[in-house]
Amino acid sequence: MEELIEILQELHSDVDFTTCETLIDDKILDSFDIVSIVAEVNDRFDVQIPAEELLPENFNSARALWALIERLGDE
Amino acid sequence: MLFTSYKFVLFTALVILAYYIVPKKLQWPVLLVSSLGFYWYADPEHLPRYLGFLLITAVSAWVCGLLIGRADDISKAYLLEHKESLSKDEKKAYKDRVKKKKVLIMVLCLLLNLGILSVTKYTSFVITNINSFLKASKAIRIPDLIIPMGISFYTFRTLGYIIDVKRGTCKPEKNLFKFILFVSFFPQIVQGPISRYNNVAPTLFENHSFDDKVFFSGILRILFGYFKKLVVAERLVIAVKALSEDTELYSGGFVFIAMIFYAAELYCDFTGGIDITIGIAEAMGIKLEENFNLPFFSKNIKEYWNRWHITMGSWFTDYIFYPLSVSPRMLKLSKVSREKLGKGIGKRVTVYISCFLVWLATGVWHGAAWNFIVWGLMNFVVIMASGELEPLYEKFHKKFGLKKKKGYAVFEIIRTFLLMSMIRMFDVYRDVPLTFCMIGSMFVHPGLGSNGREAFAALGLTAADYGVIGAAVALIFALSTYKAIKGEDIRGRILTKFPLTLAVTSVLIITVLVFGAYGVGYDANQFIYNQF
Repeated sequence: MEELIEILQELHSDVDFTTCETLIDDKILDSFDIVSIVAEVNDRFDVQIPAEELLPENFNSARALWALIERLGDE
Repeated sequence: MLFTSYKFVLFTALVILAYYIVPKKLQWPVLLVSSLGFYWYADPEHLPRYLGFLLITAVSAWVCGLLIGRADDISKAYLLEHKESLSKDEKKAYKDRVKKKKVLIMVLCLLLNLGILSVTKYTSFVITNINSFLKASKAIRIPDLIIPMGISFYTFRTLGYIIDVKRGTCKPEKNLFKFILFVSFFPQIVQGPISRYNNVAPTLFENHSFDDKVFFSGILRILFGYFKKLVVAERLVIAVKALSEDTELYSGGFVFIAMIFYAAELYCDFTGGIDITIGIAEAMGIKLEENFNLPFFSKNIKEYWNRWHITMGSWFTDYIFYPLSVSPRMLKLSKVSREKLGKGIGKRVTVYISCFLVWLATGVWHGAAWNFIVWGLMNFVVIMASGELEPLYEKFHKKFGLKKKKGYAVFEIIRTFLLMSMIRMFDVYRDVPLTFCMIGSMFVHPGLGSNGREAFAALGLTAADYGVIGAAVALIFALSTYKAIKGEDIRGRILTKFPLTLAVTSVLIITVLVFGAYGVGYDANQFIYNQF
């Protein structure tokens, strides 16, 4: 989770990713950010996030994104 | 029978009346019959071909949706039955086989429907370009193909459905007739919005009792749409036509006037049409997605595209940009580019490649002509340049504390408006070199010239027309500002009191009838986005 926060912080250093639950709803992350995150996650965690998982509910918070990474990693 | 004809108003009134007086279980069948009737009435001469294409699209997607759903059901049942006996690897191999099958069905459906769209819409463009390279004697004959009404919109709605079914985010519709209604729903056939099945289906097929608030909310929106279209857009189109036709007379500063006039015309034409569409659906209790969210209040081009033609933008993002960007090949390329070029630019290389392809596709979707393709690519160039200049902007903003200043926000809004208006000129002149020349002339000769006054008077509008346009635009701007500040439409307040609702409805009807642009010189039957 810490490594994920690090990835997110590299994109938006001014956002508190440990508490924010509205990263998509409040348009903090845009489509370019999401694609960058997917590439970083693929590199660092060896988890490939497919296009069908690029849903607002999976990216609204670092916690939700971490849950997605764990789920995909287990599959 | 297009939106601004009396026949359409009468047709819509009868549909809404029938919708509420038939037994509730017949409400959606009434809409289906009306939608097919609308298609027939719009162009009876070409009905067999129009309807044929539409039905091929609808039936093929419906069948493929069911096949994908069936493959899913069988796979779930199989995995459940063999839960204990199959190893993890065997389960994975089985899931992969099912996935491949689903992808194959989806791809076949996409190829068929994109094939129809491409052949009907782009054959002429492709042959014309091939012929320009061939000798006249070898020129290929351009077939006389008819572009079915609304084909880009209904094809994209259908393709979105089949991709969602394959992804498992949408359940396949079992009733063919309901699905045909989703594809052909008459208010949105000609210019969208490009609805998602999951968003529209719940209210499209459910029963609705008459509710005066819901009904009048829809009626107010329809009337406001007609107000924008007939009072503003239909006047401005005359001046924009003159400005784009005599490019020798109307160069220099007149290009700037054309930019502003076309921005207002397109806004009132397209948002007006969408207001009519959403309003008709709303009057029957059906919710369609919003397609605009105060686009001219955007502070940058990315924000603009999140607010303008929202359903098209999200379609391209979800179904082209994301799948391309996160495909294994792109991820591999992203890794290599980050290693070779460093984290900063290396990370953005694949994003820009996908972005380029999306904007190319967006341009092509808008029309089979180079001006649309260049328009799409200009959007890409500006987005990429904004992305690359962002760190510089950040430093500049921080140094002068600009982000907190209201005046700077207004500057950003005006800058974005002007930039987007300039890019839109490719749509006005419809000729790429000419557009570049005209934009250039605006900077080289910013004045109106010695005959400026006479030339302006020859645009075809009277002082009274300008007065009406000015007052109408001021009203639209005031209502938009209200929405931006309060976060809600003013209709909410109007609808709280019935006498006020009736008064506003009456005033809007009278205003549209009195100040609407009809008659000689006006062609209110054409919406700009019909052609797409």
